[in-house]
Amino acid sequence: MLIVQQILNGIMLGGIYVGVAVAFTLTIGILNFLNFTIPVLFMLSGMIGWSLSFYGLPFGLSEPLGWLPSLGIGIICAILASLVVERFTYRYFKAKHGDATEHAIPLVSSLGFLLIFEYMVLIAHGSDPRGFHTPFGDLDLRFAGLVISIPQILSLVVSLAIVAGLSMLLRRTQLGRALRATAENPDAAVLMGIEVNRIVPVVFVLTGLLCGLAGALFAVNYGEVSPYMGDQVGTKAIAGMVIGGLGSVWGAIAGGLIVGLTETLSIHFFGATSAQITVWGLLLVLLLFRPKGLFGHNAIGKGKF
Amino acid sequence: MSGYMAGVLAILGINVIFAYGIYLTAAAGQLNLGGAGFQAIGAYAAAILSVELGFGIVSTIVLATLAGALIGFLIAFPILRTRGVYMVLATFAFAEVVVGIILNSDTLGGAMGMIMFDYIETPAVLWTAAGVVAFVFYLMSTPIGLAMRAVHDDEPVADLMGVNNRAIQVAAFASGGALAGLSGALYAFYFGFVEVQYFNAFLSIFVLLYVLIGGTQTAWGPLIGAAFFTLIPEALRIGEDWRFLIFGVLIVLMMIVRPEGIVTRDAIDRIVARLMPGDRRA
Repeated sequence: MLIVQQILNGIMLGGIYVGVAVAFTLTIGILNFLNFTIPVLFMLSGMIGWSLSFYGLPFGLSEPLGWLPSLGIGIICAILASLVVERFTYRYFKAKHGDATEHAIPLVSSLGFLLIFEYMVLIAHGSDPRGFHTPFGDLDLRFAGLVISIPQILSLVVSLAIVAGLSMLLRRTQLGRALRATAENPDAAVLMGIEVNRIVPVVFVLTGLLCGLAGALFAVNYGEVSPYMGDQVGTKAIAGMVIGGLGSVWGAIAGGLIVGLTETLSIHFFGATSAQITVWGLLLVLLLFRPKGLFGHNAIGKGKF
Repeated sequence: MSGYMAGVLAILGINVIFAYGIYLTAAAGQLNLGGAGFQAIGAYAAAILSVELGFGIVSTIVLATLAGALIGFLIAFPILRTRGVYMVLATFAFAEVVVGIILNSDTLGGAMGMIMFDYIETPAVLWTAAGVVAFVFYLMSTPIGLAMRAVHDDEPVADLMGVNNRAIQVAAFASGGALAGLSGALYAFYFGFVEVQYFNAFLSIFVLLYVLIGGTQTAWGPLIGAAFFTLIPEALRIGEDWRFLIFGVLIVLMMIVRPEGIVTRDAIDRIVARLMPGDRRA
């Protein structure tokens, strides 16, 4: 029974990775851009949510807010931060250097923003983890000896629903068609009358939304946030994305869940620090046999840096 | 020379060697985001050879460098099967696995790290760094350097011109691994201990930033990049957190002002033309 419990825990943990992995895969699939600000966007929504629920709005504008509006504002801040990143990394270089992804410029810039946002939060709040309290802190569902926390179930459902909605958006709507056309060939998309300069910010809004939501779900689930919470989740989500295959939304879901499962099972069988070897070792071995991941598209993510 | 100055210069020397290790792969068109893994291999190889097996300082450093080269050579084959973003993340995965293995190994001290018995002083580090800089400048002026540049700029064309792309890329990984391993061995001897927490993902990211911000077009890039980002934070005598914040702002600004790095081929040509008006080389 213990092993079934571990598998359940792994799937729940994977649910957190899924949202972030999908954000990564979306920017790579559409813009060929490995966006390293994604881990901090995840962290920003959690930390800003905590700050609002602890101190209230800045400059004493209000009393401490409830957990729901706090996290809502946190998610909005993550989206705004993502648009700032778009303004200073992607848009600028696209305009000035043509196909900027030929160089690693946006990648390097996004690493700069990773440092900026992370250390802004560290300067403001210090490095200690902070407790985040929600009304359903330990609301558990007990079933045949298994313990499932209700927030975890809810968060898994929410992330899968968001991803399913995103998948529908990409497949069915006019906007989705424009996004996919841009992914395939930006120049041809322009010739077909798609305003690529307006499409790119949409990708960043979606990135901010996915990361912000994942950060909020993390805060509710684990009841704790810290300025470093994005580092671990972000790198594991990258592993999930690569295992699933770059540019594939369903691949990112599969990859995120596989990483969550591998991590909890590895900790269960081999001890607390073994997950680093098993998760990344799995990735290396997989790439050896399938250099494009499980469900990766042949052309995505292989361009020269 | 004050103790503080000596410390800063030794760190600079180690960072410069490390940056050249990453530069050699970047100059052949491969981004290596696993620098910390290669440096950790050099540092721990030095610790085992010196402390457990009783080798002398010089032979330990030479063998640790060779260990880095061997691992770089071996890992190049699976990693070169992947391309683009996959390759960058495969090197990242390699470093995570190396650090994970060290963390879980009792013989390597796990999270406790290892203490060295022998140690070296700043001048030894600086002379080694100078030797490495001279070696890389020489290498980039040879036909091998030219072939690396060709592979970096355009793989199919380099192939058509008779360059053995695979051999050049493998050699770049092996020699890059050697220099990263060397920097790790020097780190171990200079600081007198190795601890695995130092070799984290941020170290890999920072050293790649030194190289990309210095510029990958010429051999000046890593030297300028490592010097810039080792010395500027020392000059800014402010809190640790503010340093990294300013570091981030500098990176973003640098990419806006000089996206191809501080030193470019074009810039060198213009400087040469100004210093030597008669020289028509440019």
